[in-house]
Amino acid sequence: MTLAFQTMNAIPHGPDYVSILPEIVLSIFGLIIMMLDPVMDERRSQRTLGGVALIGGILAMAATIFQGHYLSHTGVASLAAFWNMVQIDAFSIFFHFVVAAVTILVILASYEYMEVQQIRAGEYYGLLLFGAVGMDLMSSAVELVLIFVALEISSIATYILAGFRRRSAISAESSVKYFLLGSFATSFFLYGVALMFGATGSTSISTIGEALSQFELGHGPMLAYVGVALMFVGLGFKVAAAPFHIWTPDVYEGAPSPVVAFMSTAPKAAVFAVLLRIMFQGHVPGRVWLIWVVAALSMTIGNIAALVQDNVKRLLAYSSIAHAGYLLVAFAVWPSADAKNGIAAAMFYTASYAVMNVGAFAVVGHFASQGERYVTIEDYAGLGKRSPVLAAVFTTFLLSLIGIPAFGGFFAKFYVFSAALQQNLVGLVIIGVINSAIAAYYYLRIIVVMYMREPREEIPVAPIPVGLGFALGLSLAATIYLGVLPNRVLEYASRSVELLR
Amino acid sequence: MLHLVLFSVFGLICVAGAVNLLVQKHPINSALSLVVVMASLAVEYLLLGAEFVAAVQVIVYAGAIMVLFVFVIMLLNAGEEEHTSGSTVAWLLGIPGLLTGAVLICWAVLRYSGGGGVTIGALPGHPKDIAQLLFHEFLLPFEVTSILVLIAIMGAVVLAARPEAVQESKRES
Repeated sequence: MTLAFQTMNAIPHGPDYVSILPEIVLSIFGLIIMMLDPVMDERRSQRTLGGVALIGGILAMAATIFQGHYLSHTGVASLAAFWNMVQIDAFSIFFHFVVAAVTILVILASYEYMEVQQIRAGEYYGLLLFGAVGMDLMSSAVELVLIFVALEISSIATYILAGFRRRSAISAESSVKYFLLGSFATSFFLYGVALMFGATGSTSISTIGEALSQFELGHGPMLAYVGVALMFVGLGFKVAAAPFHIWTPDVYEGAPSPVVAFMSTAPKAAVFAVLLRIMFQGHVPGRVWLIWVVAALSMTIGNIAALVQDNVKRLLAYSSIAHAGYLLVAFAVWPSADAKNGIAAAMFYTASYAVMNVGAFAVVGHFASQGERYVTIEDYAGLGKRSPVLAAVFTTFLLSLIGIPAFGGFFAKFYVFSAALQQNLVGLVIIGVINSAIAAYYYLRIIVVMYMREPREEIPVAPIPVGLGFALGLSLAATIYLGVLPNRVLEYASRSVELLR
Repeated sequence: MLHLVLFSVFGLICVAGAVNLLVQKHPINSALSLVVVMASLAVEYLLLGAEFVAAVQVIVYAGAIMVLFVFVIMLLNAGEEEHTSGSTVAWLLGIPGLLTGAVLICWAVLRYSGGGGVTIGALPGHPKDIAQLLFHEFLLPFEVTSILVLIAIMGAVVLAARPEAVQESKRES
């Protein structure tokens, strides 16, 4: 009798599989690509494999939407599966959607890039999909052990992807640097998990939350504080927040541009999801000033260093550090009774940053042409005349990154800062606004060079190919959609926050 | 009784392997005697009722780490060591030091272990408990680790492949 009960319980059921459906789809397509790669003719395989990967990405998005329908159909707010390892709720579905969208956009942007750069497609698309598996799992996991494994999957996939331009030394440098520093950072996270286990006796976020909610705020066990701090160091590295940002410019400069588009958006979104879950669902004793300092440092260091960059990829790398800082402003809102707006703002920010940054790096990757030769700001001179469409699209993304109204970047910043103001974080908001003004200078500098300066040498600009065209069109549409009609996304985000508590 | 005989036999094998490890001049021979040490230690753990530790000992130490050792030795193409007579100070201080250390450890264990009396299987950490955790509560992380290993292999293949390979096959076709 007991045995029968145990075996019944020990087998995953339908809902368990629904909870990891996007991950299953992505893994299956990753494996299909791996198996097709050796049997196909090298020349034709590039496009076919890209097509297969694209189908995988779209189906993963469909699976995410199906999860949403499944939840509303069964009428439960959240679905815990695999013995409380993963939890599907509006929150994780939001991040699944962002990851799937970024994956699709990056596959489209890589479609022609691979041929221009002569990169082997098989492993590239496989790693892209497997990396997305890790990021999806991170956003739905509610168990620190699973989060660690998922974090490693997403990190190792991006370490390898960074080194895919085999003919260039800086790509290898970027990969090795990212690997060494990244492994170091992950070990911090793991140590934090171990200490948290020591403090609370569990690695499940909800159990940790229960154990820590007995204590008054700021009076929990010392071990738990150290654990959170160490986990924050590990995750801070992954999102390139200062002072853990040193790797970013070198890695972004060397890695292939579509890969930078991928690793500067999707893993960051997933890591922020983890951070949100640990901090808000786990009731962990965070220290607001810690996040305050990291946010202020990231914004300031990122923007000031970006001012003096001549390489567009390095410039965007520093800008991504600054954007991580803006995002962390939303985290500094915690702990308060009404942290809802902060979380919703953070979620909105990850989504809008993802689309505009993928778009910007897609343009950079296309313009750089073979061997990524043309990456300095000087090279962009006269682009407005030679390729007005490319220049206009790039301008849009840059304006959105500044935070000009009518584009997604504006509302992202607006919500984050207004959430912070509601919590009386005036100092942080002032730093943020000053930084936004500084940031406008270097983004506008690219635009000025594109339209107003005569090129010193004639740089060939290839016409925009189909795949890239779709990638740019979709991210442009998403950027403008988030800038004009942000309500739907924001409402979804705040609804999911209510379920999170 | 049989336990004691087996325990002593494998204990002696372990010590003999360790001594052989030091005496051998060729690194491969030393590495192979290390396998003997690791494997006999695994048997000792098994006899003490620590099945899981024994299995891990075989998989991790006798398996994975030994393969790494042998690989490194082969990669470095290490030959026979040159033999020196060794310093007299090492002999004079080493042997008494070793003996004192061993005696101290034995004394401490016998003094503070509570006189023995733990029956085999009384301690937690059964394979069944671990299997219950690994294939039940932690099933998903366990399965997902396979993807982690897969991408690590893919990475090794990608980064170790010659970059010229792509260009050459392009030219041919």
